[in-house]
Amino acid sequence: MELAEDMYKEELLEHYKKPQNYGKIRNCDAKYHDFNPVCGDEIEVYIKIRNGSVKDIKFTGKGCAISQAAASIATESVKGKKVEEVKGISNESMLQLLPIKVSNLRVKCALLALKAIQKAIIKYEGTKLQ
Amino acid sequence: MINTKSLRADFPILSRKVHGKRLVYLDNAATTQKPMQVIQAVKSYYESHNSNVHRAVHKLSDEATEAYDEAHEKTASFISAGSYEEIVFTKNATEAINVVANDFSRKLKKGDEIVLTQMEHHSNLVPWFNAAKMTGAKIKYAEIDGNGELKMQQLRKIITKKTRLVAVTHASNVLGTINPVKEIAEIAHDKGALAMVDAAQSVPNMPVDVKKIGCDFLAFSAHKMLGPTGLGVLYGREELLENTEPLVFGGDMIKEVTFENASWNDLPWKFEAGTPNVAGAAGFSAAMDYLIKLGMGNVRKHELQLAKHAMKRLSEIRGVEIYGPQAEKRTGVISFNMKDVHPHDVSSILDSEGIAVRGGHHCAMPLMRLLGIQGSVRASFYVYNTMEEIDALIDALNKVKKIMKV
Ligand SMILES: Cc1ncc(COP(=O)(O)O)c(C=O)c1O
Repeated sequence: MELAEDMYKEELLEHYKKPQNYGKIRNCDAKYHDFNPVCGDEIEVYIKIRNGSVKDIKFTGKGCAISQAAASIATESVKGKKVEEVKGISNESMLQLLPIKVSNLRVKCALLALKAIQKAIIKYEGTKLQ
Repeated sequence: MINTKSLRADFPILSRKVHGKRLVYLDNAATTQKPMQVIQAVKSYYESHNSNVHRAVHKLSDEATEAYDEAHEKTASFISAGSYEEIVFTKNATEAINVVANDFSRKLKKGDEIVLTQMEHHSNLVPWFNAAKMTGAKIKYAEIDGNGELKMQQLRKIITKKTRLVAVTHASNVLGTINPVKEIAEIAHDKGALAMVDAAQSVPNMPVDVKKIGCDFLAFSAHKMLGPTGLGVLYGREELLENTEPLVFGGDMIKEVTFENASWNDLPWKFEAGTPNVAGAAGFSAAMDYLIKLGMGNVRKHELQLAKHAMKRLSEIRGVEIYGPQAEKRTGVISFNMKDVHPHDVSSILDSEGIAVRGGHHCAMPLMRLLGIQGSVRASFYVYNTMEEIDALIDALNKVKKIMKV
C-alpha cells in the first residue's frame, strides 16, 4: 500500500485547491453531468467543439481531492485535442496523467471526469445525428 | 461491564494487520465482525449436521430442522416476541421491510397515507415509494430538528385518520439518534394506524422488547449483531402476519397444492419459501448466545462510554463538525465532517492507518441533502472496541489535517 502521503502529494493538492478550467461555458456544445453514487463525487463538464476539436472545456463539481484534481488535469489535457482522440483515451493513460498512483479503491474517483468528458462528446454526436 | 481484553481474543479478524498496521475496525453500523463461537457454529453445522429442513425424516434433516427452528425460538425470546410464529427469517432487514411493504402495496388505497421520517435508511424509504406508486397512497415525513432528533409535535400533526402505517427507524444509522418508538407506536395506534420499526441499528446495540414498544412489525439483520450475512428477521404480531401476503412463493411455504391452487403453510413458514439459510441460522443462534452472555444492557453501557469519549475527543479537533444529538441520546454511531476535506479523502487516509470507517452518504441521501452535505465520515462502535482505538482514530484525524494541509 502506498502511504497516504504519497497519494496526497503537493501536486495533486494544488490541482484540488486551485483547479484549472473550473467554471461553466454558457453556449457550450456538449455537456454532461455525472456522479459516483458510492461516495457522492459530482462532476459537470461543458465543452465547446470547433472543427472536430475541443476548443474550450470547463467543469464544475464537488467531491474528493482525487476526483476534483483529476478533473482539473483531464480538462487541461484534452483541450485542443480532436474529439476522436479524446474518445479513445484509455483509463490507463488517464491514470498515468495523475501525479500519484491511486489505489484500486479510488480508481473510480480518478476516472469520473474522463468518463464525463467522453460521455458528453458521445451525447453531442448523437444529437447531431438525430 | 464488558472486558474487551478477553473478549477481543474471540474475534480472529481483530488480530490481522491492514497496510502493516493493527486493524481498528470502526465500521460496525455497516456490519460487525464475528466471534469464533459464531464461525464455529457455521462450520460445525456444515461438518456434522448439513441437510435440508422440514422435508425428510432422516437423522440429519431432523438435526438441521431442530437447529433452524431453535434459531426462530431464540430470536423470539431475544426481542420478547410472543412465540416463534411471530419470527420470519428473511435475507436481511431490507427484505423484511419489503415483505410488509409488499403487503401494503396490495391493500393501500388512494388517499391513504404512510408516515416515514427524514432520517430513514434507503431500505425503509424505497419500498414505501413503490407501495405508494402502486396504490396512489401518499408519503409524509416526520421532520428532524437541529440536533437530529424527531420533532414530535410535527409528527403528531401529520399522523391522522388517513395514516395507515408509520414506519420509523429505532436508531439512525447516520446520526445515531435513538427515537421514542414506543411513543410513536402509541400515536399511530391512537389514529388507527399500524407501526413498523426498522431496528437494524437498535437490536444489535441495546435491549429491545417488542411487547414494550408495542409495535406491529419490526425488522433487523443478523450480520450487524455478530451473526452471519444473509439472514434477516421480520417480527410481526401473529394476527397481522396471518393476514399478510407472502412476498416469495414456492416450496416450503405451502400446505397443500393442486394444479390450480395452493394454500399457505403455518406461520412463520409461509414467508420462507425455498431452502432457507440454515447455516446462517445456526450462526445467528451462537451470536445471540454470545450477546445474551454479555447482556444487552452492558452492550449499551459499553457503547455509550465509547460514544462519550469519542465525542469529547472529536470536538477537541478544530474544524470537526459532529452531526446528531448528545451521546446519551444516540447509539455508538458518530457521523462528522472535517472542514475542507471530503469524507472520502478522510476515510482513505484513515484506511492507510489501518482504521476502517465509512465515508459517504450511508444509504441516506435525502438526510444528507437535508444536512446540506454530500456525505460524512462515520465511526461506529461495537462490543470489542476500546478507548485506545478511539484515541488512535483521533491521532489519525490529526494526520489527515497534516496531509491535506488544512
Ligand atoms: C437503519 C438501517 N436500516 C436498514 C438497513 C438495511 O440492512 P440490510 O442491508 O442488512 O438489509 C441498515 C443497514 O445498513 C440500516 O442501518
